[in-house]
Amino acid sequence: MILFDYARRNIRLHWFRSFLAVIGIVIGVVAISSMGVLGNSLVLSVSESLTTVGDTIVVYPQSGGGPMGGGGTTALRITPRQVDEITRSVGTNIVIPVHTGADRVIVGSENRAASLYGMDPADIPEILDLEDGIFLRSTTGAMAGKRLAEEFDLNVGSTVRIGEDGERVRIVGILKERGIGFDINPDYALVVSDRWFESTYGEEGYNLVVVKVQNLEEIDSVTTAIEDALNRRTDVVTVLDTRMVLQTILDAFNSISTFTTAIGGISLIVAGVSILNVMMMSVTERTREIGIIRSIGAKRREVMRIFLYEALVLGLIGSGIGGVLSFGGAYLAVSVMLQSTTYLFVPSSLVYILYGMLFGIGTSLLSGLYPAWRAANLNPIEALRHD
Amino acid sequence: MEKGVNSTGEGGNPLIRLDSVTKVYPLPAGDVTAIDRLSLEVERGDFVAVMGVSGSGKSTLLNLIGCLDVPTSGDLYLNGVNIRDLADDPLTELRRDTIGFVFQQFNLIPLLTAYENVEFPLILAQGGNGGPVREEIVNRCRAVLASVGLDESLATHKPSELSGGQQQRVAIARALVNDPDILLCDEPTGNLDTRTGTTIMELLAQMNRGGKTIIMVTHDPRVAGYARRRIELVDGRLA
Repeated sequence: MILFDYARRNIRLHWFRSFLAVIGIVIGVVAISSMGVLGNSLVLSVSESLTTVGDTIVVYPQSGGGPMGGGGTTALRITPRQVDEITRSVGTNIVIPVHTGADRVIVGSENRAASLYGMDPADIPEILDLEDGIFLRSTTGAMAGKRLAEEFDLNVGSTVRIGEDGERVRIVGILKERGIGFDINPDYALVVSDRWFESTYGEEGYNLVVVKVQNLEEIDSVTTAIEDALNRRTDVVTVLDTRMVLQTILDAFNSISTFTTAIGGISLIVAGVSILNVMMMSVTERTREIGIIRSIGAKRREVMRIFLYEALVLGLIGSGIGGVLSFGGAYLAVSVMLQSTTYLFVPSSLVYILYGMLFGIGTSLLSGLYPAWRAANLNPIEALRHD
Repeated sequence: MEKGVNSTGEGGNPLIRLDSVTKVYPLPAGDVTAIDRLSLEVERGDFVAVMGVSGSGKSTLLNLIGCLDVPTSGDLYLNGVNIRDLADDPLTELRRDTIGFVFQQFNLIPLLTAYENVEFPLILAQGGNGGPVREEIVNRCRAVLASVGLDESLATHKPSELSGGQQQRVAIARALVNDPDILLCDEPTGNLDTRTGTTIMELLAQMNRGGKTIIMVTHDPRVAGYARRRIELVDGRLA
């Protein structure tokens, strides 16, 4: 322990420059931890707002529609015959063809554009949950998405007019909030029957087909079966495994998170240079002392240990203070960027503070490595002659 | 020059034997031969004063015997071990366990107390930490500090709080703490007043009488008078 104590005393002797070096580590740790926590909170909040649709395959026409819906004006459609082919290829799994579109929705004096989904009433309970009222049973009537209902102050029994000159439709049920989905997004939409949609807009084909897979292990084989059934000669439809889309989006956010953390890491590199500088000064000033230590029997690695202990002490102090301040930094960053601190105190976020502290200690040790090596390899005779 | 007649090293060999040792320092202006084909034997318990003008090779000889440097050519045996064959770690271990240095400028570590300065080589010998033999270390350090006559109350003082004589006593205690065979003293009284210098020399003579082999570099004939024999170097050779 004398070697450690000796290193600690030297830091205390040169407390001001040690303090400046520690500040660098503190800033680096706070930056890297805060950015890490912010990035992770971002990923978590995005994951939360995306509906988990791991059991869903979405089929939409090549170059038409799109996974997020809203393709009412797109000419390409999935024909009823193609829907039959899909149904045949997926076996017992549930196939839900969906019309998507948009129109004016008028309630009293309020008149706004909203999304419309047309589905077979029997299919609606398969992918949507009910908040209030009942599911659609007939060709007339509509169900309102939760957010749309809130905006228009709609209740079960309210009537809305769809289109400027369109007919009045009664709301039979309010849907549970679903979040952003890869198939349909009914929160700001009205869900009507497919028959009503087709008769009103004269649509024959579907904008997308949702396939609910009952056994998750079959997802890959079902995807391939649909591809084989419809894309034999040319690519007619795009078959989307929603797990992959979710993964792609999360990967993108993780990349952003890594990038911001790396920016925080730059400040840690600057701190490392500062430690290197302090340690080099220490080696130069204590050259004679190193000669004495060597002459009384210290091996090279023991001299190296003394200097690495110094770097370690600086790293521990800086990382300790930085770790504590990181809570504040992360709280501030998350509050400002996400307006919510829900994801701050979860293990996957807090672990970034631990990473930040470990990086701080690691950077400090790494920066001390060269000065320590130099000290250890000084010629003892020349070191003893040094003034 | 007088030849010391004392007991020999282990196995009948002299404790220190230089066999045609040469030390050359390569410099940009040309090689400098500090020690030139020097042969010398020092028996266990001897007290040798090495004299000579500046640049005669006294310090180089001390550094070679102290394992701080290795010969360019020739063989140097300590306790029968040829130091030319040793890598840095075994050389350091040999220095730590066999040699104690006493310097003109005391060379105590300013950050450590007198006690800690003495303790340092002992802890290095234990592998870098006080560990399980802590009590043994404390007893040994106290005994050594007492043997050099340093007041116990001064043990907690930093070197800067001690007089020159007190610092040199601490330095001698540090040199003795690992119970080395050899004490190498480089102008041990050079920074002390005459009275303190005399006390220190009497302390060294006492150590020698206790069995320590001492090799001492000095310019001062009065100090050299404490030695059992003197050698003089001229241009890296025995005069």
